[in-house]
Amino acid sequence: MSTVAVHDHGVVHHEEGHGHHHKETFISKYIFSMDHKMIAKQFLITGITMAFIAMTLSILFRIQLAYPDKSFPLMETLLGRFAPGGRLDPNFYLSLVTIHGTIMVFFVLTAGLSGTFSNLLIPLQVGARDMASPFMNMLSYWFFFLACVIMLSSFFIQKGPASGGWTVYPPLSALPKAMPGSEGGMTLWLISMICFVASSLMGGINYVSTVLNMRTKGMDLWKMPLTVWAFFLTAVLGVLSFPVLVAGVVLLIFDRSMGTSFYLSDIVLNGKVMPFEGGSPILFEHLFWFLGHPEVYIVIMPAMGISSEIMSVNSRKPIFGYHAMVYSLIGITVLSFIVWGHHMFVTGMNPFLGGVFMITTLIIAVPSAVKTFNWLATLWRGNIRFKPAMLFAIGMVSFFISGGLTGIFLGNAALDINLHDTYFVVAHFHLVMGSAAIFGMLAGVYHWFPKMFGRLMDEKLGYLHFWLTFIGAYLVFFPMHFMGLDGVPRRYYAFTEFESMKRWLSVNVFITWAAIMSGMAQVAFLYNFVTSIFWGKKTTQNPWQANTLEWTAPVEHFHGNWHGEIPTVYRWPYDYSKPGAEEDFILQTTPLSETMSSNLPSDFEDNPVGLEAHSKWVTANRPNEEVK
Amino acid sequence: MMAQLQEDKLNLAPKKFNMWIFIFTSFMFFAALTSGFIVYTGGKAHAINIILPQAFLYNTIVIALSSITFFIASRAAKSLEIGKQRLFLWITLFLGTLFFVGQIYAWGILIKMGVYFINPNASQSFIYVFTAMHLIHILAGLLLLSNTLYKSYRSIPQAKNLFNMQFSGIFWHFVDIIWIYLYVFLLLNQY
Ligand code: HEM
Ligand SMILES: [Cu+2]
Repeated sequence: MSTVAVHDHGVVHHEEGHGHHHKETFISKYIFSMDHKMIAKQFLITGITMAFIAMTLSILFRIQLAYPDKSFPLMETLLGRFAPGGRLDPNFYLSLVTIHGTIMVFFVLTAGLSGTFSNLLIPLQVGARDMASPFMNMLSYWFFFLACVIMLSSFFIQKGPASGGWTVYPPLSALPKAMPGSEGGMTLWLISMICFVASSLMGGINYVSTVLNMRTKGMDLWKMPLTVWAFFLTAVLGVLSFPVLVAGVVLLIFDRSMGTSFYLSDIVLNGKVMPFEGGSPILFEHLFWFLGHPEVYIVIMPAMGISSEIMSVNSRKPIFGYHAMVYSLIGITVLSFIVWGHHMFVTGMNPFLGGVFMITTLIIAVPSAVKTFNWLATLWRGNIRFKPAMLFAIGMVSFFISGGLTGIFLGNAALDINLHDTYFVVAHFHLVMGSAAIFGMLAGVYHWFPKMFGRLMDEKLGYLHFWLTFIGAYLVFFPMHFMGLDGVPRRYYAFTEFESMKRWLSVNVFITWAAIMSGMAQVAFLYNFVTSIFWGKKTTQNPWQANTLEWTAPVEHFHGNWHGEIPTVYRWPYDYSKPGAEEDFILQTTPLSETMSSNLPSDFEDNPVGLEAHSKWVTANRPNEEVK
Repeated sequence: MMAQLQEDKLNLAPKKFNMWIFIFTSFMFFAALTSGFIVYTGGKAHAINIILPQAFLYNTIVIALSSITFFIASRAAKSLEIGKQRLFLWITLFLGTLFFVGQIYAWGILIKMGVYFINPNASQSFIYVFTAMHLIHILAGLLLLSNTLYKSYRSIPQAKNLFNMQFSGIFWHFVDIIWIYLYVFLLLNQY
């Protein structure tokens, strides 16, 4: 109990006197920890575990797509009744697709990505001892953990996991008798998602509050690294959009278990007319996609922030257009609330309304393009260090471009009539989310691994991992565009059953083998990750010569982050290769008075006294230089 | 001034801020439900098609009163009149409970009118969803208020007491306002 009190008031404790240590038990340190750095590691390791599970699921259904008529006795050994005779059961195939999507979107790329890096970096980069409410932060992790367990437990019930797709549209999700996955599996899916939403709301509230209230002296909003901006806006998005999903899910639960008719109408099930009347499944789509679209930006914005930071550090150049980067993040945040209709162009929506959504959707390409050009301009004539983290950040940009461009095709209502629910959509979102966001996350892992574990990851394995994954992801997802253009629909069990799609079998075989190769590459990553935690080379305090605050904190972890006072911040985080400076980086904690030779008049915007000192210094020193 | 310093030390300001953000979250939830209603009635031209029972009006008055009594309690807390603070907190709690019971009573009336939750006209089911989801918030509010009241009987520092009052107050006024919003929304959509 006493530890709880002390943690809760960490600020008081640490500022009044360090030297006074409270005992940490194994449980309070590693399990129910309230230290944001430990919680970050918990999120990361759970996220990686979930990612491997979801990846295995995808390899299973890829095998089905490549060899729909072959039987694999091993499959029956492993999966039992889900693969009778060594062939995947069609209902189980749908479950695999559903759970793969759910885990990847929510558990890996929302909780795993934001949970890890917002937790690790927000307090460390704004200069705070911990989150606004460390206790809520701990709850956030444990709700997430519970959600994971419940979601996975649905594999062990008789009828198998939910199988209506990650978007759980009614009526499939609302009628327990509709298909096997709509029974217990769907119930578990809903319970798991409620825990998940509770977790991300608790996390998000903390992130927003910490950024707004707990910045150290001198850290005004325009001195925050782009990572923190991105995490902050992501949290705002989550806090505003997840409740809408809850509203949709609440109505769905009433339809499922109480017999109301919010989403259901005119249903005939197994030849029996059901009593539901007057409901509208489109209503669910509105509520779902009002979250669903912001959700895709919840997934990509942290990856954007992470890549911006890493690309600036490893180009040894200030990020190009810092303000434009922030404003485009804000633009994306605002716009992402008014584009959800582009997922519903073919639901019979009024074409005028479709036109409105089309325009807003195409406008969101503008801030996205601004960011892209700024990344490219950051690289331009940089002094690039091709660290694994840097490669992954560049890879993120590459995938964001190739996936974002197809978004513009899909955003045109008329084109979407053809493309909707085909492999073209699958290609689009796997490039932009499945690849770009994952690359952002991996970049973050390579870059902040020393901060998390005090050791360095192996670079050679990192390069291997990068190239295999980069090439593999393009080989897997690029051909899907062509399938989609030919009208091959998503979520089908066996394309050989259709005359017009038979010819795509060879492509499916190719994709499956590319997917297996990329899967193997992840094993290299896992090996690297695990062995480096225990046996990696010990890191120095600032291994990448970066400017941000987290690298001023000691390598060893303790609750409170800094011994003594929290450092004060004097400058923005991107003073790399500043002309006149002694080194090619200047920490945010270095006062301008210590860097007279590299100061510029623009460094003293709201500081007339400083500007005067600067001009004095310049007049005093310039003549000397000319003599030299 | 002292209270302010104490508050900073206990890291209370960010916690209060957390409550504000939670209120935005909750607001989005109700905004989603009411937008759902609009989409639903817009699509199929269903409407509620009844006159709402008077009980909802009385309940609205009760909850509005409870906001006022809470306000008096927090004024008392600021001027260190602990006795008055406790008294008015008790009254607020009582009114809140009365509202809770009153809403359930109103459901009874609806059922007598033949307006059921399980209903082919889901706009009538929405009445139950709005009120039930709001009652969950009322329950949370009552728990927060009880906690504040309970703590005021312990000897806690004034800063902590004021914080508890503000923390539960933000929420209590919010659930009050949300109910008025829902009630007006329902009134406007009676036909
Ligand atoms: C350049 C900006 C983007 C535009 C214009 C855009 C446009 C679209 C459109 C119109 C669709 C619907 C296609 C259909 O179902 O017929 C779609 C689907 C999708 N997009 Fe994007 N998108 C963009 C960026 C992104 C980003 C950054 C992500 C995620 C990181 C993303 C993730 C998704 C997902 C997951 C789906 C499919 C959802 C499903 O039906 O399962 N998109 N996009
Ligand atoms: Cu979208």
